Amino acid sequence: MKVNDIMDINKIRKDFYVLNNNDLAYLDNAASTLKPKQVIDAVTYYYEKLGVNIHRGVYRLSYEATDLYEKARQKVAELLNCQFEEAVFTRGASNALNLIALSYGMNHIEEGDEIITSELEHHSSMLPWQNVARAKKAKLVYVPLNEENKITVENFKKVLSNKTKVVALNYISNAMGYMTPVEEIIKLAHEKNAIVILDAAQAVPHIPVNVKALDCDFLAFSGHKMCGPTGIGVLYGKYNLLKEMEPIEFGGDMIDYVGLNEVTYKDPPYKFETGTPIIASAIGLGRAIDYIKAIGFKDIMKHERMLRDELIDKMSQIKGITIHNPNTDTGIISFNINGVHPHDAASVFDEENVAIRAGHHCAQPLMHCLNEIATIRASVYFYNTREDINRLVKAINKAKAFFENFM
Amino acid sequence: MSNLENLYRQVIMDHYKNPRNKGLKDSEEYYSVHLKNPTCGDDLTIQIKVEDNKITEVYHDGTGCSISMSAASVMSETIMGMNLEEAKKVINNYVEMVKGEEFDEEMFMGDAIVYQGVSQFPARFKCATIAWKALDKAISNHENCSHRHDEEKIEVK
Ligand SMILES: Cc1ncc(COP(=O)(O)O)c(C=O)c1O
Repeated sequence: MKVNDIMDINKIRKDFYVLNNNDLAYLDNAASTLKPKQVIDAVTYYYEKLGVNIHRGVYRLSYEATDLYEKARQKVAELLNCQFEEAVFTRGASNALNLIALSYGMNHIEEGDEIITSELEHHSSMLPWQNVARAKKAKLVYVPLNEENKITVENFKKVLSNKTKVVALNYISNAMGYMTPVEEIIKLAHEKNAIVILDAAQAVPHIPVNVKALDCDFLAFSGHKMCGPTGIGVLYGKYNLLKEMEPIEFGGDMIDYVGLNEVTYKDPPYKFETGTPIIASAIGLGRAIDYIKAIGFKDIMKHERMLRDELIDKMSQIKGITIHNPNTDTGIISFNINGVHPHDAASVFDEENVAIRAGHHCAQPLMHCLNEIATIRASVYFYNTREDINRLVKAINKAKAFFENFM
Repeated sequence: MSNLENLYRQVIMDHYKNPRNKGLKDSEEYYSVHLKNPTCGDDLTIQIKVEDNKITEVYHDGTGCSISMSAASVMSETIMGMNLEEAKKVINNYVEMVKGEEFDEEMFMGDAIVYQGVSQFPARFKCATIAWKALDKAISNHENCSHRHDEEKIEVK
């Protein structure tokens, strides 16, 4: 370990097959993180040793599968500091955010109501509400972004009104890495009796999130961005809200009593988990939470910020690149190499085995704000090293030099 | 030559910086197809004029990376003056070539032959083919006497 290294990276990296089996600088963590063997083992354990359905069986294997599935929920509840019943398993953040809009939104929003969102949103945070607004003839209102394309409390106040019913914002922006000042926004929104939904897909993997302290009404995240499997995510909702909400899917497991013309549902979270759930992935997510907690958010944050500072410092010395978010709060850095389309640059990076994302990052409205068709995004996680940063810098220089040949 | 040098050949970058036949005509004589790739933002329109079964004019306009934009320029030069049957053969041959599959090396391909390097970059297959797909669509619209203006999205694979 080097003196100023925050944790034992080499030991951590041994847990990641993909890092061991490829000569790769993996810097696309905002899209998906890699999975450590502990998570893969937990998933495999379910398939190898259990493999049966949950809740339904009265035999031993089913009992253990059910137990593991519900223990994973308990881990989510402890991670977020919510009640067990407030953690609903979904297919991911998008699925969770849609559930809120289709259930809460479609039943509470009326003509003329206002829904606040922003141009900094991932499409999954904003489009479910665009849909509700269209269906209910409500108004979608965008928080004006400041000159750095950040959401500020000042600008939020400009759009908050007595008509505001819902505020749907990101906690950390996937395209710019900014942290939204959610504490104050939630207080202000509640003064107007509006509910607040946080898209925390980029927050929960990287910072401690305490839903009770935040007092947000709903929050969503995905397992695959925090070392967990794909196909699993979480919807947190305050119990009283979940309790009065209508399910959006009907069928197996979510019912209490079924008659020919009437039905009663289970209590939350089960009334939102229709059919056989994603058992293995939920178990894997539970294991991922243990894994991340063992490293600790304090060290994760410190390490990510160290890498970010180093990257921004090195990138600032390269002429001819535009960093869109030099003041990013997290390890997400968005940039362009002037005169080079991000997809052209991406092929150079690919040749150098540097995995980054080039595109609109599911945030087309933001691309209009930045006046770019697409950007290059590098995003770090706790297993990244200074070596990864150096490789990215080298690839940027190479891409620049390569395309300058043709100028 | 490295993979990259093979992908970004001088000819390609020259067509990118100095595109031929760029800019659309405002006339009903043309069959036009507008293709978009929502994943990467490539946005391209091509126009063709067909006279006596021959492609006599080709124009293109749009935004995107150097591979997609240069390919539109190269395509416009390559197929200019061909009859529709020839053009369709060239389209198929080109697609096979950039996929890295067997293709007819004897067939006249003009500058399009330099896109062979794309086969080493499967992620760029769509960039290299968007213009040619638009052309294919425009030809079949002409043959089926269907709409002169077509809007389409390329499906994400
Ligand atoms: C901020 C944000 N919200 C929502 C999502 C959607 O997550 P998922 O694709 O896992 O549903 C993502 C990830 O792409 C994201 O970064």
